[in-house]
Amino acid sequence: MDIYLLEAIINGVLLGGVLALLALGLNLIFGVIDVVWICYADIVMCGMYAIFFLYAQYHLPLPLAFLIAIIGVAGLGVLVHLLIIAPVLNSAPINQLLATGGLLFFLQSFATLLFGTDFRNIGVRLPVLEIATMYVSFARLIAFAVALIGAIALYVFLKRTYIGTAIRAIAQDREIVGLMGVDQRRVYLVVSAIGGALAGLAACLLALQYDVHPYIGNTFGPVIFMICVLGGLGNMIGGFIAAFVISQIIAIGGYYSSTELSYVFAFTFFIVLMFIRPRGLFAP
Amino acid sequence: MNLNHIIRAVGLAALVALPFAAPPYILHLVIQILIWAFIYTAWSLMGRFGFVSFGHGAFLGVGAYVPALLWNYYGVTPWIGIPLSVMAAAALAIVVGYPCFRRRVLGHYFALVTLALSQVVLLSLVAARDITGGSLGFTPKAVGHSWYALQFPEKGYFYVIAVVLWLAGLLVWRMIDRGIGREALEAISEDEDAASSIGIDVMRQKMRVTIISAALTAVGGAIYGQYVMYLNPETVSGIAVSLQIVFAAIAGGVYSLLGPSVGSLLTLSLTEGLRVWFGTDYIGAANTIYGILLVLCIIFMPQGIVGSLQGMRRRSTIAKPLVTANRQSATREPSSAAP
Repeated sequence: MDIYLLEAIINGVLLGGVLALLALGLNLIFGVIDVVWICYADIVMCGMYAIFFLYAQYHLPLPLAFLIAIIGVAGLGVLVHLLIIAPVLNSAPINQLLATGGLLFFLQSFATLLFGTDFRNIGVRLPVLEIATMYVSFARLIAFAVALIGAIALYVFLKRTYIGTAIRAIAQDREIVGLMGVDQRRVYLVVSAIGGALAGLAACLLALQYDVHPYIGNTFGPVIFMICVLGGLGNMIGGFIAAFVISQIIAIGGYYSSTELSYVFAFTFFIVLMFIRPRGLFAP
Repeated sequence: MNLNHIIRAVGLAALVALPFAAPPYILHLVIQILIWAFIYTAWSLMGRFGFVSFGHGAFLGVGAYVPALLWNYYGVTPWIGIPLSVMAAAALAIVVGYPCFRRRVLGHYFALVTLALSQVVLLSLVAARDITGGSLGFTPKAVGHSWYALQFPEKGYFYVIAVVLWLAGLLVWRMIDRGIGREALEAISEDEDAASSIGIDVMRQKMRVTIISAALTAVGGAIYGQYVMYLNPETVSGIAVSLQIVFAAIAGGVYSLLGPSVGSLLTLSLTEGLRVWFGTDYIGAANTIYGILLVLCIIFMPQGIVGSLQGMRRRSTIAKPLVTANRQSATREPSSAAP
C-alpha cells in the first residue's frame, strides 16, 4: 500500500479521537436533556481561549492551565443550562435549537469583540514522530490517547456510580425516573457540567494542534453534529464509531483531493446515508 | 379592517415616495431589507409547516453564483442565467427533499441534513477556487447601466426590482395561505399517517412547497448578487447565512404575512444601526448584542414579534410555539388578515 495513504489513514484515526470525544459530550447532553447544543463547538473555542491566555499570556504551567480550562468550561456548561436551556426546556425543539444558535452568534461575536480576529497559538511545539518513514504528529497521538481515556472514564462513570445510573435512567424514560426519587434538575446540571468538561478536555487537545480564533467553531461544529446524527442522536457508542468513519473519509478524501473537497465528500456521504438509514447507522 | 386599509395605504405611499426622498444610504439599506424580506418569506413557506430547513444557504448560494458564473465566463445574460439558477436550486431541492420526505427524515434530523447540504454548497464553492475565486469572493463583470446584464449603478432601478420582488413573495405566501394546500400541509405537519389516510398526497404537498421555497430563495440570491455585485461563499451559503435566515424569519414570526418582512426590517436595521453606532473600533460588538437579543427573543417571544403583537391584539392566551409540530395549529384562523 502507498505509504502516504497509510499515513493519511493513521492521521484520520487520530483525528477521530478528538471528534469522538466531542460527539460523546453532545450525545450525552442530547440523550439526557433532549436538546441539541448547536453552539457546542463554540464552547470548545472558549476553552481554547482560556488555555491561550492562562498559558501564553499569564505563564501558568500548562497542566494547571488545562485543569482550570476544563473546570471553567464545565462551569460554562452549567451556566448555559441554567440561563438558556432551562427557560426553553418545555418549548418546541426548534426553539431550543435556535436558543443555542443565538448563543453561537453571541459567543463568536463576543470573542471577536474581546480578542479580535487574530489567529493565536499557544506556542507549544510537540515533536513529529517518524515511524517507519511515516510522519505522525505527537500532539495528535496524545489527543487520541486522552480522548480514549476520557471516553472510558465516562463509560465507567455512567455504569458504576449512582448519578451515572440516574443519568442513564433519564435517557431511557424521562417520565418515570421522577417517581423513582431521582432529582431531574440535579441530573441535568451534572450532565451539562460533564458535557462542558468534555468540551474543555477537547479544547486542551485542540489547542495543541490548532490556532484559536473566534470562528474556529464553524470549522468543526457541523462535522460533530453530522457524527452524532450518523451514530443516532443520543447513541453514544454509535457516535463514537461514526467519528472514526467520518474522520477516515476526511483523511482519505484529503489525500486524494483537497481539504474542502474531503469535507464535501463527508457531508455528502452523511446526506446519502441519512436516506438509507434515517435514524442513524446503528439504529435498531 | 378600516385601520388596516389606512395602514396599508400609508405603507404603499411611503414605498413609492422613498426613492425620491431618501438619501442613497437609506435607499441601499431599504433595498437590502426588501431582498432579504423576500428570502425570509420564501423560507417561511416551509418553516411555518414545521419543515425547518437549515439548507436555504445552499439554494441562496446556487441562486447567486450560477448567473454570475455564466455571465463572466460565457457572457450569458442573467435573463437566462437566473431561470437556470432557479432550475438548479429546484433540482437540488428535489434531489435532497424527495428522499428526505420519502424516508421520513424529520425534526432534528431534517434540520441537520439540510445543514449538511448548505455546508456542501459552501465547501464546493470554496474548493472550486479556480472558477469561483474561493473564499476571496467573486465579482461579476460590470458593464455599467444595462438591461441586458441586469446591472444598474443607480439605486432607483434596484429599488423598483426589490419592491416588485417583495410584493411577489407576499403574493405567493398568501396564495399558499389561502389555498387548499395549507390545510393539507397543516394536517401533515401534525400527523403524516392520519393525513395520508384521509387522502392527502403527502409527498406531493411537501415537495410542492419545498420546490417553491427553494426556487424563490434562488431568485432572491440571484437578485442580491446582481445588486451588491460581489459574492462570497460565506455570505451567500453555509451555516452562518442559513442560521441568519431561520432567525430573522422566526424572530418576525412565520405565521403571518408580514412576519418575515418585519424580521428582515428589524434584524437588518438593528445590525446596521449597531454597526454604525460602534463604528470600526469595536468589531463584533454589534453582533454580540444581536446574539443576546436573539436568545431573549426566543425565550420571551416564542411566537415571533408579529405573532406576539397579534396575540396581544386578540387577547388570545393560547401559547403557540414558533413552529409547531403539535396539535394547536389546526384551530388557527388564517393569520394573514391581521396586520
